[in-house]
Amino acid sequence: MASDTTAAPGAARTRPPGPGRSRQRTARTGLTLLAIVLAAAAFFPVLWMLSASFKTRDTVNDGKLIPSDFTLHNFVYVFTEVPFARYLLNSFIVSAVVTLVALLLHSMAAYALARLRFPGREVVFTVIFSTLLVTAPVVLIPLFLIVRQLGLLDTYAGLILPAIFNAFGIFLLRQFYLQMPRELEEAAIIDGCGYWRVYWSVILPLSKPILSALSIFFFLANWNAFLWPLVATNNPDLTVVQLAITSFQSEHTSAWNYILAAAVVAAAPMLVLFFGFQRQIVESIKTSGLK
Amino acid sequence: MTDTAAEATREPGPGGASGASSTANSGGTGASSRGRTGRRDRPNRMSRKHREWLAAGLFLAPDGLGLLLFVAVPMVLSVVLSFFQVSGFGSYEFIGFGNYERMLNDPLFWQSMKTTGIYVVVLVPVLFVVSLGLGLLVKQKLPGMAVYRTVFFLPYVISLVVVGLLWQFMLDDQVGVVNKAFRAVGLKGESWLGDPSIALFSVIAIFIWVMMGYYMIIFLAGLQEIPQELYEAARIDGAGPWKQFRNITWPLLRPTSFFVLLMSTVAAITGGFELIYVLTQGGPANATSLAIFYIYQQAFVFGEYGYAAAMGTALVLVMIVCSLAIFKITKGGRFDDGE
Repeated sequence: MASDTTAAPGAARTRPPGPGRSRQRTARTGLTLLAIVLAAAAFFPVLWMLSASFKTRDTVNDGKLIPSDFTLHNFVYVFTEVPFARYLLNSFIVSAVVTLVALLLHSMAAYALARLRFPGREVVFTVIFSTLLVTAPVVLIPLFLIVRQLGLLDTYAGLILPAIFNAFGIFLLRQFYLQMPRELEEAAIIDGCGYWRVYWSVILPLSKPILSALSIFFFLANWNAFLWPLVATNNPDLTVVQLAITSFQSEHTSAWNYILAAAVVAAAPMLVLFFGFQRQIVESIKTSGLK
Repeated sequence: MTDTAAEATREPGPGGASGASSTANSGGTGASSRGRTGRRDRPNRMSRKHREWLAAGLFLAPDGLGLLLFVAVPMVLSVVLSFFQVSGFGSYEFIGFGNYERMLNDPLFWQSMKTTGIYVVVLVPVLFVVSLGLGLLVKQKLPGMAVYRTVFFLPYVISLVVVGLLWQFMLDDQVGVVNKAFRAVGLKGESWLGDPSIALFSVIAIFIWVMMGYYMIIFLAGLQEIPQELYEAARIDGAGPWKQFRNITWPLLRPTSFFVLLMSTVAAITGGFELIYVLTQGGPANATSLAIFYIYQQAFVFGEYGYAAAMGTALVLVMIVCSLAIFKITKGGRFDDGE
């Protein structure tokens, strides 16, 4: 988001002074107020969840934003009464492995599609691109039967493998590689490097910005995934955190202080990631849009 | 193959970078001087061209196989399955169009399609307007704008499960903060998730809260691509904000609008599962049983994989028809031209 503020810096200053000036200032004040009000409204639910997770069982429904008797007990409870650390670890393992493998495979495929010349390249690309329309929920049932047939239900592999393959990453990386200057790569080929060397020591290092943006995006999507883990796992040792909080809820009906503490724990890594890498996330969404 | 032959097929010219099709390398006459300086002593068993083909195949293979096994095959299998009765573990019986007949006579299926229809028809336009509005708002250079942008986008990074829990807490009939606020100003409040005529709209509102920041960013990217000078010129000509929007922003934002419309429609037709699962389980009285939720129930609660696959196939058809319709209506070409 920081990059946006650099756009057209002189625009505001070149405006001629005149009678329109004060009206413009009123409009700006109005817009600022509007933005503040809307942002406050949009932020309120998150704040409310955070606040409730620090309240006691008795005060969680008291309707106050600031907890009157602030407590950390809910978080202690979540980690001691339920193996929440294990759930977090499961989510971490799945998300991290999916992200790493997916980035490697997608960038390899994208490199071939953008840089290598071979017959049928456009057809291959179109076919891959069209799988974007196949949304995950719709192929859920056959996917489940395939994974069951492969004996991968209730395994890490069963959680991880189907999540790796999606055309979205290939598409974005291909766009990036198409815009990359060819010179370096050609120099490497002239030096006698094979295609793998070119890919590994020229293309990959040059793709760091987009890979880091995508890695955050992939990690986020996989951390937040719910439907596939729901159907693919039963084993409590493989429960990912999103699943864990739904069963935690059904075991603690209306003990909202515990439920929301668990929810905060599940959301916290993403919030940290978001505040740390906001720019990359936003950039990767922007590039996903058009071009 | 000699070195010279290998070099001749390479195409270092500037034209090679963008969209050169596979045929372009056949007549590689343009070996530049830089090309000739490179000297490779390694013997070349295959021609350069064929090595490139092989390399491309190897680079594409892992992802290609994965996409085949976990996306393409399931897609085809979904259609195949829809003609079978699948019972429990592993017994498949071909029943022709039986599942489809059953589907057409299943009032709950029709209700779920109707619910999905309302969901899409309400969600997509409202989400569009809200995100475009936010995009226009956060494009302004106002003090603290970076903060507002962050805040609008924030819900998107929270998982839908957490979002569901959070809103269930806020919308609780008795202790929820929303009804507390209503009662504080003397209103009765509503049973936001318990009243069949309201629940679906509560879900839609929550989904808008989640997704508005994402599409806001996409709109913002589109808005920032519009040359600033156009607005300057319009202002000099005395065009007000509405005229500027109508004559500059709206037409130039068309590709972005198209993209948002398409993506949000596709997402709405097959999405929303997590929210429904956590918030309402399809209730009350099936009022929020979106097609995708009903399909899930049939497959994974009742074990009716074949029947569920038939409904899934129907849903895909609906999705394709809607996408084509959007393409047609918006004449949206620019989306898939790749480069």
